[in-house]
Amino acid sequence: MSENRIILEVKGLKKYFPIHKGDKTLFVKAIDGIDFEVREGETVGLVGESGSGKSTTAYCVIGMYSVTSGTILFKGKDISCASSQRPLELKRDMQIVFQDPGTSLNPQHTIYKIIELPLKVHGLAKGREMRERIVQLLESVELPESYLYKYPRMIGGGERQMVAIARALATNPSFMILDEPTSSLDVSVQAKIINMLIKLQKEFNLSYLFITHDLSLMRNVATRVVIMYLGKIAEMAPTEIFFQSPQHPYTQMLLSSIPVVTKEEEELKPKKIKSQGEIPSPVNVPPGCSFNTRCPLAKPECFEKDPVMVQVGPDHFVRCNLFA
Amino acid sequence: MGDLVKIQDLYVWFRVYGGYMKVLNGVNFSVGKGEKVSIVGETGCGKTTTMKTILRILSSQAHIPKGEVLFEEKDILKMKEGEIKRLRGRGVAMIFQDPMASLNPVFTIGDQLAAVISHSGVQDLDKEKIRQLSINALKEVKLPDPERILGSYPFQMSGGMRQRICIAMALATERALIIADEPTTNLDVTIQDQILALLRELVTKRGNSLILITHSLGIARENADRIYVMYAGNMVEVSNNEELFCNPLHPYTEMLLGCVPKLSGGGIAEGIAGRIPDYLNPPPGCRFEPRCPYATDRCREEKPDFVDVGNGHKVACFKYN
Ligand SMILES: Nc1ncnc2c1ncn2[C@@H]1O[C@H](COP(=O)(O)OP(=O)(O)OP(=O)(O)O)[C@@H](O)[C@H]1O
Ligand code: SF4
Ligand SMILES: [Mg+2]
Repeated sequence: MSENRIILEVKGLKKYFPIHKGDKTLFVKAIDGIDFEVREGETVGLVGESGSGKSTTAYCVIGMYSVTSGTILFKGKDISCASSQRPLELKRDMQIVFQDPGTSLNPQHTIYKIIELPLKVHGLAKGREMRERIVQLLESVELPESYLYKYPRMIGGGERQMVAIARALATNPSFMILDEPTSSLDVSVQAKIINMLIKLQKEFNLSYLFITHDLSLMRNVATRVVIMYLGKIAEMAPTEIFFQSPQHPYTQMLLSSIPVVTKEEEELKPKKIKSQGEIPSPVNVPPGCSFNTRCPLAKPECFEKDPVMVQVGPDHFVRCNLFA
Repeated sequence: MGDLVKIQDLYVWFRVYGGYMKVLNGVNFSVGKGEKVSIVGETGCGKTTTMKTILRILSSQAHIPKGEVLFEEKDILKMKEGEIKRLRGRGVAMIFQDPMASLNPVFTIGDQLAAVISHSGVQDLDKEKIRQLSINALKEVKLPDPERILGSYPFQMSGGMRQRICIAMALATERALIIADEPTTNLDVTIQDQILALLRELVTKRGNSLILITHSLGIARENADRIYVMYAGNMVEVSNNEELFCNPLHPYTEMLLGCVPKLSGGGIAEGIAGRIPDYLNPPPGCRFEPRCPYATDRCREEKPDFVDVGNGHKVACFKYN
């Protein structure tokens, strides 16, 4: 995997949001210095709980947010600028699928119109070809032609997500951000969508950045996993290694909290660390290591020193004072 | 173990434009005294409708053509308004998915706890006594600084703390049955783990019965003694906890388990073709028949009943009958 070409490279990325309290201005440090990359054909699972900054990361990469500092390189080109300044070709090559298919599809438009729009904007089909291409895109997500003139409200949540995926595929992208694409769906529907995404990835040689809070799902989908906590990366490793030997205390807490359905899985759950404490607000990140309020292994230095990322194995990185 | 609640052959329909949504389709269910039972099923299968029937809080469009809901052997469906009030005040407490919706935003936590405690029917409670009981209730759910929390408002708390408060309210007075309807769906996984551990611990300590409604087979497995699997208005399978996962019998249970992503990897099954039936016009036989790879002519015509395959493991499917 590591010899594959790097598609996306995020370096020292920060995104702060100002909030006004009385006459003071505070900053929510939604992302506070993260580095990671996505290689060709890979699925990187960006995993975190609420307030960890995973969606903010996605929105910076896609250009919905301007970055506070740091760089984002896409196929070697610096794209750390706002969406409005991005070349059309870049917008064609990089697509995003959102969590809620109900709100991301225009309810006034038929499915035909919804998929037609990106094809028009990028001048990818016209005249008789248009319809053929739209039908072909529906076929690639296994929806019948009869869906062309339906409205989003007339179809199920899973099918709406299929339409959103077809729309993203319309521009022949090489890179897709999947922002919790199945987290509002039932597992039986999720299963269909995930299998579809895996099939499409092979067929079109896509690279995915998969944003989720679901680690069990990533075990089955991701090639590498990146764990975020309060705007920073806690641990990052290839999937197999990650689940065999999770190192960061937060990662272990996360894994130990997952409800599982087999004894085999039970054995993979770290036993020593039990979940405790609340996730602090990103407005009020504790000094030192931001996990120190919940960490059962915290040392005195963890309350002063913010740990740096260290490599603990091939492609395996941990940011924790226990490893420094 | 005697049954605390026993639901027998319950049908619930909803009057809508164009006819009746025939939602519950002969539900059979029971929870024993001190037992923890979970109901697992996907969106719209009728879990909440079943629980609302126990509390008799169904909407006015609801129509119950048939069935019994027994609470300590008395039919809730035939109870007078006074008896129902007593049942809600003392017999059963419910914890909902969204704690913000069950807490009143304009009253302090202290006011809301006091209201629950003073309506519990226990006599002679002066202000100081109520305050003491409230503080104890907050301590029990392991909230730090209970005195301060009494004076705070719901919006000042995190989602996890709010759900702790809802649990405190449900357990502040003696109840025989706690119903928790997706109590952790909106919470992060590490917080969910804490809340479920707390609920399990308190219910066990007090010997309450618990009905835990969830979408997640994993949550059911880690919290219940017995598990019901619900599909499209029917309980399709029930068994002891471990047995359901080692030996799932109903085609739906088996396929659903395949769809759950495992921490041990191995990929995810293809999903279940088709979707949940339209309740206005449901299939006449087995409601899973249109999606079932094992369906036969009989499944299209007849509705399968629970058959006991031993050890209280029951399944409603003609493959076994
Ligand atoms: N008042 C009502 N009028 C009409 N239909 C209703 C009413 N209440 C519930 N239903 C329908 O009954 C079916 C079952 O709903 P219910 O809320 O019991 O499902 P559930 O299993 O709790 O689902 P979820 O997992 O989404 O909470 C749904 O199709 C729902 O739309
Ligand atoms: S009764 Fe028939 S259709 Fe229903 S689940 Fe069993 S085999 Fe399938
Ligand atoms: Mg419900």
